[in-house]
Amino acid sequence: MTAALEIRDLVKTYPVRNAFGRVSGAVRAVDGVSFTIPSGGVYGLAGESGSGKSTIARMIMGLTEPDEGDILIDGVSVLGQGERAKVQMVFQNPGASLNPRRTVGQSIKVPLVAHTYQGDRKGRIGDLLDMVQLPRHFADRYPHELSGGQKQRVAIARALAVSPRLLVLDEPTSALDVSVQAKVIDLLEELGRQLGLTYLFISHDLSLMRNFAQTVGVLYLGKIVETGPVARVFERPGHDYTRLLLASVPVISTEEAAMRPVIPLINGEMPTAEDLMALRAGLNPKETAR
Amino acid sequence: MTALLSVQGLSVSFSTYGRTAEVLKGVSLDVPQGAQVALVGESGSGKSVTMKAIMGLLPQPPARIHAGKIMFDGRDLLTLPERERVALRGTAMSMVFQDPMSSLNPVWTIEDQLTTILKYADRRLGRDRDRRGRRARVIEVLSQVRMRDPERVAQSFPIMLSGGMRQRVLIAMALLSEPRLLIADEPGTALDVTTQAQILKLLRDLVEAQGLALLMITHNLGVVRETSNYVYVMNKGEIVEEGPTAGLFAEPRQQYTRDLIAAVPRLTGRVAL
Ligand SMILES: Nc1ncnc2c1ncn2[C@@H]1O[C@H](COP(=O)(O)OP(=O)(O)OP(=O)(O)O)[C@@H](O)[C@H]1O
Ligand SMILES: Nc1ncnc2c1ncn2[C@@H]1O[C@H](COP(=O)(O)OP(=O)(O)OP(=O)(O)O)[C@@H](O)[C@H]1O
Ligand SMILES: [Mg+2]
Ligand SMILES: [Mg+2]
Repeated sequence: MTAALEIRDLVKTYPVRNAFGRVSGAVRAVDGVSFTIPSGGVYGLAGESGSGKSTIARMIMGLTEPDEGDILIDGVSVLGQGERAKVQMVFQNPGASLNPRRTVGQSIKVPLVAHTYQGDRKGRIGDLLDMVQLPRHFADRYPHELSGGQKQRVAIARALAVSPRLLVLDEPTSALDVSVQAKVIDLLEELGRQLGLTYLFISHDLSLMRNFAQTVGVLYLGKIVETGPVARVFERPGHDYTRLLLASVPVISTEEAAMRPVIPLINGEMPTAEDLMALRAGLNPKETAR
Repeated sequence: MTALLSVQGLSVSFSTYGRTAEVLKGVSLDVPQGAQVALVGESGSGKSVTMKAIMGLLPQPPARIHAGKIMFDGRDLLTLPERERVALRGTAMSMVFQDPMSSLNPVWTIEDQLTTILKYADRRLGRDRDRRGRRARVIEVLSQVRMRDPERVAQSFPIMLSGGMRQRVLIAMALLSEPRLLIADEPGTALDVTTQAQILKLLRDLVEAQGLALLMITHNLGVVRETSNYVYVMNKGEIVEEGPTAGLFAEPRQQYTRDLIAAVPRLTGRVAL
C-alpha cells in the first residue's frame, strides 16, 4: 500500500541576517527530515519553537520550496506543482486565518472557486457546515460573531471544501480553552473516520499528541531525533531530548507524574535542551551559549 | 489563623456603551501566609479582573466594585487611603506578568530597570541604600532567579535575552522589594514547555525558600498541580469549587470541575470516562 504522504530527506536553509541586514550565515531550519503517513493515519510532529515544524508544513503545502528532498502524495511527487488541492491546512489562530469582512459562507466558497468546484456551491457550503456540526444559517455570520471554537470549525470546513486527502493541522487548538479543544479534537477524529482523512498534527502539547496521534516524530533543531508509535515513544523514550520534553509537561495526576522521566538537575535546575545536548556531547554545560 | 490576603464577596461590573456586565459575582478567596494558592478558570472567567482588583489596577470606570473587601494583612485595601495602597503595591505584594517583552523597556539595560524599581520601593519603604547597595541587591535577585551570569545579564538589553531569561528578569523584578505575596498571572504560557517547566520550578523553589505566599493565576490545570496546594476554580465570575489541590483533582465535587478535568488530555493516554 502506498503512503498518503511521504517526505524524503527534506532540507530547507534560510539566510541569517545581522543587524545591518547583511547575510551573515545560514540556518538549516529543516535538516534532512523523512517520514511517511499511511492512509488514514495521524502523524504527530512535536518539538519546540523554531525546531522547523511550520517550515515542514509549508513545504508540504507548496508554500515554500525545499532546497533538497522530495514530497510524495499517494506515491506521486508533488514538487513544483504549486497549489495542491489534495492537501489543506488548519492554522493555530482561527481569528487571524478568517477574513473579518467575509461571511462564513464566503470564506468557505473561496477554495471552491479557486479549485473550480462544479456542483451546487450553496448546497456544498451547507453540507460542510453540517460536517463540522455548525447550523447551516452560520453561513451568513461574520467571524466576530463566532466563538473561538466556532471559528476553528469554520476553518476546518473551509479546509475540507475541496475534499483533500491530507489535512495539515498546525497547532489547531492551542488558542482554545480545554473544554473547547476537546470538542474540536472529537470532531477531527470523527471526520477522519468518516472521510478517511490523513492528518499531520503539529503541536507543543504532548498530552494532546499522546491522545490524538498514532505515530510521533520529535523534532529538534530541524532534525527528527526520535520517532515511533506514540505509546512506545512516551512510555520508553530513547532520546534525551524526548525525555526532557516529557519531563517538562505539567500534568494533573500522580499516574502521569509517575510516567515522566526523571531528569538530573544541573545546579538545582532542570537543564535546558542545549545543556542536555552538551552533556551528551561531553561538554561542560556552563560553557555553552544560551 | 487569619490569611495574609483575603478577598471577601468581591463583586465587579464593567459598563461599556451603556451596557453593564457583572464580571465578578461575590468572589471570596484566602491566601494564608506562606501558602501556595491557585486560581484556575477558562478564558473570560474573571481571573485577571480579580488580580487587577487585588493590585488596585482596575480602571474605574469602566469597572465598578460594588461589594466586597480585599483584606491584606488585616487592612481593607478598598478603603485604604490611596497613598498607603500605592505603597503596598510592588512592595508587600508584587506581580509577575505574563508577557515579558511588553513589561520591559527595550532601550534600558536590565540593571537600569531593576535599579529604578528598587529606588522606588526603597523610597516607599523608607529604606536607605546607596548606589553600591542597590547594585548588590540587583545582582542578588538576578542570582536568586538562577541567572548563570548575573553581571552580564545586568548589562544586557531585553532583546539580547531569551524568552525564558526575560521571564526570570520579571520574577527578579517582583522579588526586589522583598514582598510577602507574589501574584503570578499565567507566567510562562508564552514559553516552550521545557522553559516553562524551569520557570515553574523556580517559582516553587523561591516561594518555599523565602516563605512567600503565592497566588498563581492560570487556565492550565497542570500548572495548578505543579505550583499550588490549594485551588479555587472560577467559572463566569464565581468560585464554583475550592479545596486542597490533590484532593480536588482526585475527587472533584462539582459537575463543572469534573467536566473541566475530563477535558484535559492525559500524558498516559485515554482515560476511561
Ligand atoms: N521565512 C523565513 N526566513 C528566515 N528564517 C525562517 C523563515 N521561516 C522560518 N525560519 C527559521 O526557521 C526555523 C524554524 O522555524 P519554524 O517556523 O519552522 O519553527 P516551528 O517549529 O514552527 O516553531 P513554532 O513552534 O514557534 O511555530 C527558525 O529558526 C526560524 O527562525
Ligand atoms: N476593561 C474591560 N472592559 C470591559 N469588560 C472587561 C474589561 N476587562 C475585562 N472585561 C470582561 O471581564 C470578563 C473577565 O475577564 P478576565 O480578563 O478577568 O478573564 P480571564 O479569566 O483573565 O481570562 P483569560 O484566561 O482569557 O485571561 C470578560 O468577560 C471580559 O470581557
Ligand atoms: Mg510553527
Ligand atoms: Mg487573564
